[in-house]
Amino acid sequence: MTKWVRGLGFVAAALAAATAGAQQATPQQVRSWAAGCANCHGTNGKAREGMDSLAGVNREEMQKKLLAFKSGTRPATVMHQLAKGYSDEQLAAISAYFAAQKR
Amino acid sequence: MKRREFVKALGMGGAVGSAAWVSGCATPGGGGGPKVVVIGGGFAGATAAKYIRMWSDQRIDVTLVEPNAQFISCPISNLVIGGSKTMADITSPYDGLTQRHGVRLVRDHAASIDAARRVVKLRGGTELSYDRLIVSPGIDFMWETLPGMNRPGAQDSVLHAWKAGPQTQALRRQLEAMPNGGVYALSIPLAPYRCPPGPYERVCQIAHYFKQAKPRSKVLVFDANDDVTSKGALFKKAWADRYQGIIEYRPKHQVVDVDASNRTLKFEFSNDAKADVLNVLPAMRAGEIAVQSGLATANKRWCEVDWLSFESKAAKGIHVLGDSVQGAPLMPKSGHMANQHGKSCAAAIVALLTGQEVNSLPIYNNTCYSFVSDEDVIHVASVHRYDAAQKTMLTVPGSGGVSVAATSLEGRYAMGWARNIWADILA
Repeated sequence: MTKWVRGLGFVAAALAAATAGAQQATPQQVRSWAAGCANCHGTNGKAREGMDSLAGVNREEMQKKLLAFKSGTRPATVMHQLAKGYSDEQLAAISAYFAAQKR
Repeated sequence: MKRREFVKALGMGGAVGSAAWVSGCATPGGGGGPKVVVIGGGFAGATAAKYIRMWSDQRIDVTLVEPNAQFISCPISNLVIGGSKTMADITSPYDGLTQRHGVRLVRDHAASIDAARRVVKLRGGTELSYDRLIVSPGIDFMWETLPGMNRPGAQDSVLHAWKAGPQTQALRRQLEAMPNGGVYALSIPLAPYRCPPGPYERVCQIAHYFKQAKPRSKVLVFDANDDVTSKGALFKKAWADRYQGIIEYRPKHQVVDVDASNRTLKFEFSNDAKADVLNVLPAMRAGEIAVQSGLATANKRWCEVDWLSFESKAAKGIHVLGDSVQGAPLMPKSGHMANQHGKSCAAAIVALLTGQEVNSLPIYNNTCYSFVSDEDVIHVASVHRYDAAQKTMLTVPGSGGVSVAATSLEGRYAMGWARNIWADILA
C-alpha cells in the first residue's frame, strides 16, 4: 500500500510501546497532532532552510528533547511554551511518528 | 439525501498495514473518487486541498477555486510595506498543488452555493458538484460602517493593504512618494479582525523605514481597542526604545468615517485627524461567499463550526476554515491557525469520506512572529486542545507565552517559519 500507511503501521507499533498503560491514541490522531508541527518543521517533518527537520530522527532523543523543553531544563525561544501544551504520552507518540518518517 | 460517502476502508485499530480502499459504487464523472471542492486558496484552503489529497492517498478528488494566479502571503507582507522585502519574496506558485498533489485548480470566483444540490456555481458559469465543500474565503470588509469609503475612488486612494496583493505594493508606493516630514496614519478596528498583532507590526515597519529614509516623518496609530490587542508590552517597548518621537499611539479611537479626498479620519468623540498617507483597516467579517450563503451565524459576521470537523453549524456538508470562522476562546485569526484549521479539517473530511472515525481530540498550536525592525522579532505562541465538555478548542493551561525580548535569533526563526509554512501549504 502507500508510504503513509506503512508509516502509520510503524507508528502504531511504536506507540503501543511508548504509551503502554495510557489511553491508546489512534494512528490518525497522532498523524494529526504531528501535522501541527509541520508549520515550522515541514510536511511530515521534512523542513526547509531555517528550521530543524524531524523526519527520521531518533525517537528516544526527540522524546527526551521535548520533555526537556516541557520541564524547562532545555532553553528555547518558543518550544518550551509549545511543549507544555502536550501530555508526555502525546509527545512520545509525536516523536515516534517523526522517527518513522523518511528523511 | 444522495450521498457518495461510501468508501468503506482502512481497517483501523493499531495495524493499518492492510488498509484497502473499496469503492462501493460507481461515481459519475472525474476521477471516480469522492469530490471535495475548496473555495479559496489561502493559508487554510490550500492546506486543506493538499492534505486531503495526501491523506486520502489521492483517492479523493479535490478542486480548488481561487481567482489569483499565485499565492501571496499576508504574513511577511508588512516587510514589503516597510521596504525590506519585495512582492517576489512573499509570492509562491500553485504548481506544487496541481503537479505534485493532483489538485485541480480553477481560476474563478465562487458566485453561489446550492447546499441542497451540493453544487457551487462559479462566476464564469461553471458548476462544480461536491460531496464535501470547504469554504475558506478569508475576510471581507464592512464598508457600510465607513460611508465615505463608498464614494467613487475612495478605496483607490485610502488603502487597507490587509489582503496581500496589489494594495501591498500600492501602499509601499504611497509611502515612498510621501515627503520627509509627512504623516502616515493607521486606523485599527475593534477586535476581532484578521491578524491581531499585524497592525502593530506594520507601524514598526513603517517607522523603521521613516527612521532610515524620512526621519522627520510621523506614524499615527488610531486604535478602536482599549489597548494594543497582542504582544502589548513588547510592542510598546519597541516603540519606546526604537521609534521614540516617530510613533504616536492613541487607543480608544474608533474611526466612524473617512474623507478620502481630504485624507481625513473622523471619530465619534475626538477631533478629526489629517495625514499624508491614510491606511484604514475597516471592521471585518467572513468572506462574502460565506456571508451570502448564510454560513455567518455569529452576528452575521463569523461562521460557527463544529470544532471536530469544521462542518458549519448552519449547513451540512459544508466546512468553513480560517479567518471566516468564529474563533474559539483565545484563538487568533492568523495564517498559522488557518493552516492548522486546514489540516484538522482535511483529516476529518478524509475520515468522513472513508468511513473512519473523526479524531476526537484535535490539538494544534499557534506561533505568530512579528518583526519590530527589519531583523528583530517577537512572538506569541499558544496550544489549543479540544474540550469535549464545552465542545470547543481551549488553550492548554500552562502552555504558550510571548518572547522575553525582540531578538535577531527569532528574526531568523520567523523567516524559517515563513519558508516552512508556505511549503506546508503549497509544496
